[in-house]
Amino acid sequence: MTIEFTKERMYKVQEIINKYPAGKQKSALLPVLHLAQEQFNGWLDVPVMDYVAGLLKLDPIEVYEVASFYSMYNLKPVGKYVFEVCQTGPCMLNGSDDIIHYIKNKLKISEGETTADGMFTLKTVECLGACGYAPMMQLGKHYREHLTPAKVDEIVEECRKQAATAANGNGYLS
Amino acid sequence: MSKKLLLEKAHIEGIKSYPVYRREGGYVSVEKALKMKPEEIVEEVKVSGLRGRGGAGFPTGMKWSFLAKPEGVPRYLVCNADESEPGTFKDRYLMEFIPHLLIEGMIASSYALGCNSSYIYIRGEYHWIADILEEAIQEAKDNGWLGDNIQGSGFSCNVYVQRGAGAYICGEETALLESLEGKRGNPRIKPPFPAVKGLWDCPTVVNNVETIAAVVPIINQGGAAYASIGVGKSTGTKLISACGNINKPGVYEIDMTISVEEFIFSDTYCGGIPNGKRLKACIPGGSSVPILPANLLLTTAKGEKRMMNYESLADGGFATGTMMGSGGFIVLDEDQCIVKHTYTLARFYRHESCGQCSPCREGTGWMEKILWNIEQGKGKMSDIDLLWDIQRKIEGNTICPLGDAAAWPVAAAIRHFRDEFEWHVNNPDLCTLQNYGLAHYADPVYVPAT
Repeated sequence: MTIEFTKERMYKVQEIINKYPAGKQKSALLPVLHLAQEQFNGWLDVPVMDYVAGLLKLDPIEVYEVASFYSMYNLKPVGKYVFEVCQTGPCMLNGSDDIIHYIKNKLKISEGETTADGMFTLKTVECLGACGYAPMMQLGKHYREHLTPAKVDEIVEECRKQAATAANGNGYLS
Repeated sequence: MSKKLLLEKAHIEGIKSYPVYRREGGYVSVEKALKMKPEEIVEEVKVSGLRGRGGAGFPTGMKWSFLAKPEGVPRYLVCNADESEPGTFKDRYLMEFIPHLLIEGMIASSYALGCNSSYIYIRGEYHWIADILEEAIQEAKDNGWLGDNIQGSGFSCNVYVQRGAGAYICGEETALLESLEGKRGNPRIKPPFPAVKGLWDCPTVVNNVETIAAVVPIINQGGAAYASIGVGKSTGTKLISACGNINKPGVYEIDMTISVEEFIFSDTYCGGIPNGKRLKACIPGGSSVPILPANLLLTTAKGEKRMMNYESLADGGFATGTMMGSGGFIVLDEDQCIVKHTYTLARFYRHESCGQCSPCREGTGWMEKILWNIEQGKGKMSDIDLLWDIQRKIEGNTICPLGDAAAWPVAAAIRHFRDEFEWHVNNPDLCTLQNYGLAHYADPVYVPAT
């Protein structure tokens, strides 16, 4: 796999850099890492981070230390669909433990694991700011709220259908 | 019913789009502002008594007046939309439903502070909301409210959105600036304060979403009119995001004159507790502020009705009071376990500690482990004192307030619910099967009027 942004993404990178004063392109690091993760299978491999470092004229370590600090960057491969289920106080009060337990049983994976077919990863996360609509998870760009086992079933079904029909792409529901 | 200043029009159909927002009186504050001198706007904000809505409650006008203005150095306004305090989802609501209000506030505030480039730093998980804001910015630009020479005033301004990537600590203003500069979110030592040395070492004001949105009604109606709403130093309106065990979770705009009891039990707000359960405890201002048992929540130690405002919630200090904080209102019913709930918060702070200061980096992990042991029936009586000791050694001993934020929930849980912790230690088998329940500390039991 050649590591290079698509033309469309390169244009976005330039647009992002233009938001800052000249010479401050390091500020673009977080948004550009988001773009990289989206294009390169949902995680940041070392060559991908090195590529981003080159683009922004940074030392690779400046990219590694940032990628490892923020929880949204995945430093290991993940499935096509990542279920990021909130488990903090307000979600816990509304049964997030049961939802996590249900997903584990249904997909036969533990937290941080990916199903054998590479479809689903389960991640537990801390407060995503949806406390009034608990329990919830993030899936791609959007939140799935007021979760119930039945809703989880629907979401899994929806992902499987999308994966079966999508010609390519990384599978993120957006 | 409380007066609404921010969300009054949030549910008008199409309000997300520029034409409808403008039709409903949008961007009038910018027109008005551009005809005023910047320092007159700062004065109006001072008069309004507006206090920072992110959690600390610092007077906004004062913060603005601290901004250094050296010749030839750009100044920046940064909007803190990194809403991550458990229980808090008010900024999200505002940005999702009435995004132009924030953009309007950003333009007027940028003019008041003399900033030509302003940034909205939004938590990375609010991905779709960043898109909503980008769209609103584009519309504002297309209609001459952003860009060069806005409305012929000679003032130029651009507003940019930057997404974070999952770090609670970036809600702390100096960590946010570090992150905006493309670095790890490690808070800076203050002083220098951002007002002197902020984004890219330039003078910077960092304000919460709700604070910046509140500048719009302040300019429209005048600072004095804004100050006439509310009570004492709790002026204007406050967004409260209510969650936990209540019938009507959601975001409510209140004018800070209602009681906590009314807020929880009235159908206008939370609508009481589901399934006829009784109130056990509440964290009224986001997970960092002290939890209070039902009796102290509804009535202060002096025997007065506790009100939903900065002063009344803080009445009694941390011994018998709490804080308004960010307005993240978490309600626990009689079936909830204080130890388990406190454990999830301790885990949260351990996860979110940036790791710079050892009391916080190490202490948050110790507290999490000890709480887990107690919750699992593996705790010792001495663990409760150990927890107390650890939280005391974190508080005040770190660069940023995350240490305090991690210490306070543990301290308050032990202060008010020590018997529940002891019950866990004394009943190691039972505590994994059932919860402690209400016990005596919830008295007097609230019975809603029928």
